[in-house]
Amino acid sequence: MATATAHHGAHPTGISRWLFTTNHKDIGTLYLWLALILFFVGGAMALVIRAELFEPGMQIVDPHFFNQMTTMHALIMVFGVVMPAFVGFANWQIPMMIGAPDMALPRMNNWSFWILPFAFVLLSSTLFMQDQGGAPSAGWTLYPPLTIQGGIGTDFAILSIHMLGISSVLGAINVIATILNMRAPGMTLMKMPLFVWTWLITAFLLLAVMPVFAGAVTMLLTDRHFGTSFFDAAGGGDPLLFQHIFWFFGHPEVYILILPAFGIVSQIIPTFARKPLFGYNSMVYATASIAFLSFVVWAHHMFTVGLPLAGELFFMYATMLIAVPTGVKVFNWITTMWRGSMTFETPMLFAVAFVFLFTIGGLSGLMLAIVPADFQYHDTYFVVAHFHYVLVSGAIFAILGGAYYWLPKWTGHMYNETLGKWHFWLTVIGFNIAFFPQHFLGLAGMPRRIPDYALQFTEFNQWSTVGAFLLGFAQLLFLYLVVQTIRSGKKASTQVWDGAKGLEWTLPSPPPYHTFATAPKVK
Amino acid sequence: MSTAHGNYYLPNPSPWPIIISFGLFFLALGAVLTINSLGAGPWLMLVGTAIVAYIIARWFGQVIGESEGGIYNKQVDRSFRWGMAWFIFSEVMFFAAFFGALFYVRQFSVPWIGETELLWPGFDAAWPTAGPKGPMAITPDTVAGANQFSPMGAWGIPAINTLILLSSGATVTWAHWGLLKDNRAQLITGLFLTIALGIIFLALQIYEYIHAYTELGLTLKAGVYGATFFMLTGFHGFHVTLGVIMLTVILGRSLKGHFRSDHHFGFEAVAWYWHFVDVVWLFLFIFVYWL
Ligand code: HEM
Ligand SMILES: [Cu+2]
Repeated sequence: MATATAHHGAHPTGISRWLFTTNHKDIGTLYLWLALILFFVGGAMALVIRAELFEPGMQIVDPHFFNQMTTMHALIMVFGVVMPAFVGFANWQIPMMIGAPDMALPRMNNWSFWILPFAFVLLSSTLFMQDQGGAPSAGWTLYPPLTIQGGIGTDFAILSIHMLGISSVLGAINVIATILNMRAPGMTLMKMPLFVWTWLITAFLLLAVMPVFAGAVTMLLTDRHFGTSFFDAAGGGDPLLFQHIFWFFGHPEVYILILPAFGIVSQIIPTFARKPLFGYNSMVYATASIAFLSFVVWAHHMFTVGLPLAGELFFMYATMLIAVPTGVKVFNWITTMWRGSMTFETPMLFAVAFVFLFTIGGLSGLMLAIVPADFQYHDTYFVVAHFHYVLVSGAIFAILGGAYYWLPKWTGHMYNETLGKWHFWLTVIGFNIAFFPQHFLGLAGMPRRIPDYALQFTEFNQWSTVGAFLLGFAQLLFLYLVVQTIRSGKKASTQVWDGAKGLEWTLPSPPPYHTFATAPKVK
Repeated sequence: MSTAHGNYYLPNPSPWPIIISFGLFFLALGAVLTINSLGAGPWLMLVGTAIVAYIIARWFGQVIGESEGGIYNKQVDRSFRWGMAWFIFSEVMFFAAFFGALFYVRQFSVPWIGETELLWPGFDAAWPTAGPKGPMAITPDTVAGANQFSPMGAWGIPAINTLILLSSGATVTWAHWGLLKDNRAQLITGLFLTIALGIIFLALQIYEYIHAYTELGLTLKAGVYGATFFMLTGFHGFHVTLGVIMLTVILGRSLKGHFRSDHHFGFEAVAWYWHFVDVVWLFLFIFVYWL
């Protein structure tokens, strides 16, 4: 019993606080910093890509290094930025939102985090092995046979993916156990804040597909080194088998990257519209249906590989069906704002931009879902435009908006609103200049993942590069702003935003190290 | 469901997670170097494994101490239950990837290769197959060649192993009944029998592998049949090994007098895991060996 009561006194300082911590707030902070650091690493790689594509012909890097950049950029942004950032939010927010004293399994929580830096050291170290073939370069989708032929970097990628998978599975288990078991009395499932709901469903997706991804890369590894023929037709296997397994993971994965974003936006919009979320129940059901449908649409990434006609049709219709619950969500966000008394602080700006721009991404997704159209669009810059609209103006905008929204709560200081607005506008403008032209490039036939292009594509590419640099450098402003908010700034009140509702806003800003040691009562 | 959690146990800061992450890092790095035949690989793997094993022992040791110390309330117990249940679900999905591969090659890729006359003239798209890259001979007395192999029949060792694993599922349940009735002798005997059956299973599995490699020409390299056969049964065997280790720990704890009829999550977690391994085997027996 002694240890049980002693822990409230234990509040280690210095480096060991961060290394050994079992506190959800500390672990949340660690996740968020890791994501921010890797955001700049991955962003720098994107700028190498865009710099090379500023003009046709080869300028800055050789094709092989270019391919390493596209591959590593995607792997880092997906697994190192968006996913850890969401887990950071989950750590900070879920216990505070459901009135729990911490995450359900605090030591495991620390473990889920600390696996990540090691995995990324392993993955990134390949950049310094250029003589052995350098970093993985067959694309983040790791398709064989190209991946079978890659150098040692591919093996590093596979093993780091295994580590990332362990981290995600442990993290997801923790989220589920916390939400199912740690809610304050009266916090019924259908009273949970939407961010908590979206994370609960995301955690199920993670548990269902990360192990499948681990299986897929394990087969790659044995095909590479132990003579198996999973993906080799000469031995009775099939390279397409990999694509099926990969996308069975990959499509739910893109929803892992967007559902928590839906949750964040569903917290922000009611606050600044000063109205409760419109259609709470339908939001929950829509999230669940999206998650369910995400398991039966994977082959829309494979329309051009020669699937049987019945397969093409099934996956086309199933994919289009996802637009229905997605439309429900967009409708609800807009209706929440309808006749609200709206103000546009930085979090709200990002949320509104999310609604507009994510919808553009959803619509380009619908175009891609049309099989005959996809025959033209597949593997062109149109796909690149699509997934940057859903991932940057979707996932990343929600993360930035969420950071502005909760930063005052976390740090106890208000951020500088003027700087925040600058950051927002530079980001939105840079983003659209960078990615809108890519739709046209794709429709005109410019292939993705190629370091050179035909002359007629030059102008749009130059716009895109200029926009990308604007977008990239605008993020330095965010870094500055975060550091400034931590260090100084106006004292934030408990309520922070006058329209904000929920348990986290009943806690002081910043909240004490341990919160809700005795559960609050929820009416 | 949610109760007042004034006394939900929140552990102190712990060094185990970061040290075990170091261990995993060495293990992964060592694995990459080893498969590329680079010098320090095996040593790094050894160091990594040692760290991981040591920390698991210490970490679980601490949890067991806390549990026996009585500081876990019912709510903590429920967290562990959710955790273990969903961990097993993730394991199911890991196996699903390999079963998916097996179904796909049998249903699609092998028949499709058979239809491709230009590339593979004369290829007979029948299962089991090592694919078109070499001649197939699936009669029992074939000499092992590059792609010549005999498949593993279902009704010899695999059928016996099915019986063994099913009985072990029964013995572990019997042990559980013993625990519930506070009959320690039944608990310990049941666990002992389960472990013994698990070890016999593994021994037969090893024997089967040796037989496959030395007499049947059935290896990892024997086309997609060999690949799916060894990866599925191999990962299963690995999980049985883990299960046996876990059962042994539980047996040790039972001998030390741990567990009460109303407080034995550790036992149940291992029993669940054992049943999971059992069910996977049934699918293996049906789809890998039999059909
Ligand atoms: C209405 C919703 C959506 C539809 C109908 C849709 C449809 C599609 C289709 C058909 C493709 C394949 C295009 C091709 O390769 O030819 C695709 C690619 C992609 N989508 Fe979506 N999508 C939707 C939403 C999303 C969301 C929410 C995300 C992520 C947050 C996302 C991320 C991606 C990514 C990353 C790719 C490209 C993967 C690659 O090949 O590297 N999509 N989408
Ligand atoms: Cu998809």
